[in-house]
Amino acid sequence: MSNLIETKYAIELKGVSKIFGSVVANDNINLNIKYGEILALLGENGSGKTTLMNMLSGIYYPDAGTISIAGDEVSISSPTDAINYGIGMIHQHFKLVEVLNAMDNIVLGTKEKYLKPKILKDKILNISSKFGLEIEPEKKIYNMSVSEKQTVEILKVLYRGAQILILDEPTAVLTPQETEKLFAILRKMKEQGSAIIIITHKLHEVLSVSDRVAILRKGKLIDTVKTEDSNEKQLTELMVGRPVSLKINRPEVESKKTILNVVDLSVMNEDGSLGLKNINFKLKRGEILGVAGIAGSGQKELCESIAGLIKIKSGAVLCNKENIIGKTPDEIINLGISMSFVPEDRLGMGLVGSMGMVENMMLKSYRKSKGFFIDKKPSRKLAEYLKNKLQIVTPNVDMPVRMMSGGNVQKVLLGREIDSNPNVLITAYPVRGLDINSSYVIYDLLNEQKLKGVAVLFIGEDLDVLLELSDRIMVLCNGEMKGIVDTKETTKEEIGLMMAGKSFKGVEGDE
Amino acid sequence: MNMFINFLVAAVFAGTPLLFGTVGEIMNEKSGHLNLGVEGMMSLGACAGFMAGFLTNNLLIALLAAFVAGLAGALIYAILTITFMADQNVTGLTLTIFGIGLSNFFGEYMLVNSNTNSLKLPENIAAQISNIYIPVLSDIPVIGQLFFQYNPFVYLGIVIAISCGIYLNHTKLGLNLRAIGENPGAADAAGIKVTKLKYLNVLLGGGICGIGGAYCSMIINGGVWMSNSVNGLGWISVALVIFASWSPNKAVFGSFIFGAFNILKYYTPKTYFTIPNAFYDMLPFVITALVLIITSIRKSKENQQPASCGINYFREER
Repeated sequence: MSNLIETKYAIELKGVSKIFGSVVANDNINLNIKYGEILALLGENGSGKTTLMNMLSGIYYPDAGTISIAGDEVSISSPTDAINYGIGMIHQHFKLVEVLNAMDNIVLGTKEKYLKPKILKDKILNISSKFGLEIEPEKKIYNMSVSEKQTVEILKVLYRGAQILILDEPTAVLTPQETEKLFAILRKMKEQGSAIIIITHKLHEVLSVSDRVAILRKGKLIDTVKTEDSNEKQLTELMVGRPVSLKINRPEVESKKTILNVVDLSVMNEDGSLGLKNINFKLKRGEILGVAGIAGSGQKELCESIAGLIKIKSGAVLCNKENIIGKTPDEIINLGISMSFVPEDRLGMGLVGSMGMVENMMLKSYRKSKGFFIDKKPSRKLAEYLKNKLQIVTPNVDMPVRMMSGGNVQKVLLGREIDSNPNVLITAYPVRGLDINSSYVIYDLLNEQKLKGVAVLFIGEDLDVLLELSDRIMVLCNGEMKGIVDTKETTKEEIGLMMAGKSFKGVEGDE
Repeated sequence: MNMFINFLVAAVFAGTPLLFGTVGEIMNEKSGHLNLGVEGMMSLGACAGFMAGFLTNNLLIALLAAFVAGLAGALIYAILTITFMADQNVTGLTLTIFGIGLSNFFGEYMLVNSNTNSLKLPENIAAQISNIYIPVLSDIPVIGQLFFQYNPFVYLGIVIAISCGIYLNHTKLGLNLRAIGENPGAADAAGIKVTKLKYLNVLLGGGICGIGGAYCSMIINGGVWMSNSVNGLGWISVALVIFASWSPNKAVFGSFIFGAFNILKYYTPKTYFTIPNAFYDMLPFVITALVLIITSIRKSKENQQPASCGINYFREER
């Protein structure tokens, strides 16, 4: 058996295609991966990475081509089949049942007999120690952090004895330290003979963890390169299809006047704990203040308290020395404070999925028009303008935004907020899940606003981007501000440690 | 004291049809399907159970017919919502209207074609569904009356409820089912056959509701066929699911409490105040509203409606 594993490919795809309606998501893909190898799958949004992997995990069925596992041609028509062939997939959005504990989630759907909790617990702890994972088997999923949930997902796959592991953007929600830990686990699994496919946007991660890189563009496999023979520049060019500058501009703006002053802001969560604890910072015109932190460290509460969407416990938010606490969201918008929050499901806040671009534009402007009937013309004009300026890909401006790809939806949201000529622009995760091209369009938009003298609060998840784009970075951990650092004088490691809860001397507070 | 024991016994009798309806609906909702057709499925069971009993004079066949009729109603619902992804609320409401209508139509048909102008269950089956008598046990004062003198339906209901509780909470199949109700995507990715299990449980739930219907037509009306015998008990069962916080075991007590509310009007002294009967009819719903308020204040993630209840699952949805 071990001999077999050495000589045969773990997975071999031959001429695999998948078509959705008129869209060719995957076009004649030929790809293979060996046991004991980590393959990175790189590509922009809509290049067909997830579709391809979903065919391996049984969510989609290929329209053409063959899939071979360990040398045998197979037909994977359901997730059950995939599991039986030893393929485990860790999805971008975790597939866990919140009200069950880790153990129940791990054994869920397995064919074996009902095990007594005690025996099951030992079995799970055994596997986790083998791969260096840390887990509390009896903890409920809804009490877990993102990184713990991911551990459960990995254990789910390992418990089923999967030899082939597929991870869809596993690092998007992790701190740099947690990412390193994950990579250590992946390397350990590789040593034990697993074949691992990792989908990611982050080039430096590709370079650090993978053995080979397969690049997809517009549904086609462009090339497969050895990681050691490659570099960021080459990978980007293969991915985008033309040379791209990877540097994010950080234009300097003179005469910085404070416009937003947040003093001792505290917010109470629904469960009675503090969502934000005594936050103090000043936001100036012509600067981008980055906010770093693990997901759920108080970013949402910060956005919503400034936008007037949630009640605050104590403190003040001064906009041009006027306290905006207690004002309605409408009054706050009229003061020129504009928020665009891109939640995990991208559509959750700000846009109505079943409405087209025109109607979504109108959501913010209809109150200004007079008369009983609504006037769609200005909104239509604005929608057409944004479509051209931001290169939004949609057949027409009336198509429901839900049908558009994530990147385009985000451009619609941000475009509408910027069009209202705000003084303060709060933007959370504007490039969430976006590919390099679309991300740079967004960065350019933000820089343009900064040059116009807008104060930008940029809540991000990718530390590299935060470090390049913002002038200063505020770090949140568990609702507490761990300090504000100047991006020119800090390192990624320092911010990573602050995100994990460490305060640094000399950087706390705001001058 | 005697009056109080009579009241408790009457509460159990009044609560039993609710128990079947509630457990049936719990099985539905645990699979992620909010089935508002309980009233309809019970009506179908009421008609089928009664007529089968009337024609064959055999309790077992009557129960089986009621189960199959409820199951058939649930099958319509299951095909529409699980396979064709129809809206669950609309489908459930339609099933209620359809079930009541068909039940009354068929009952009326049998009635006008009978010689006597009334349908009464034959003696053999009437004896089988009357209250049991266990020598010695049933004779124990108070305890015998409280525990060992009910009709077979009552015991059957409790056995079904407890079995369902064990199935849901202590078996692998039950674990899989709970996962489907909470997050069908996760269950699917874990290799659970979502569609198959959904069908299984929706049909099982429908069958249990059907037996509850048979109780209404065969017991409540004293073995004489009457139209609309379920008369809203199916709706109270839907509310009772919330009261029982989706637990079949709690449903046993919940249904007896609701049964007590239902008969409270007959046991309150009429001389002191005259509260309209409608007030007592309202009580179960007031209590349900209170339970809803309390659970939403407590904000516990557990003992809640399954997270995906009411949402159809389509694997390839983007």
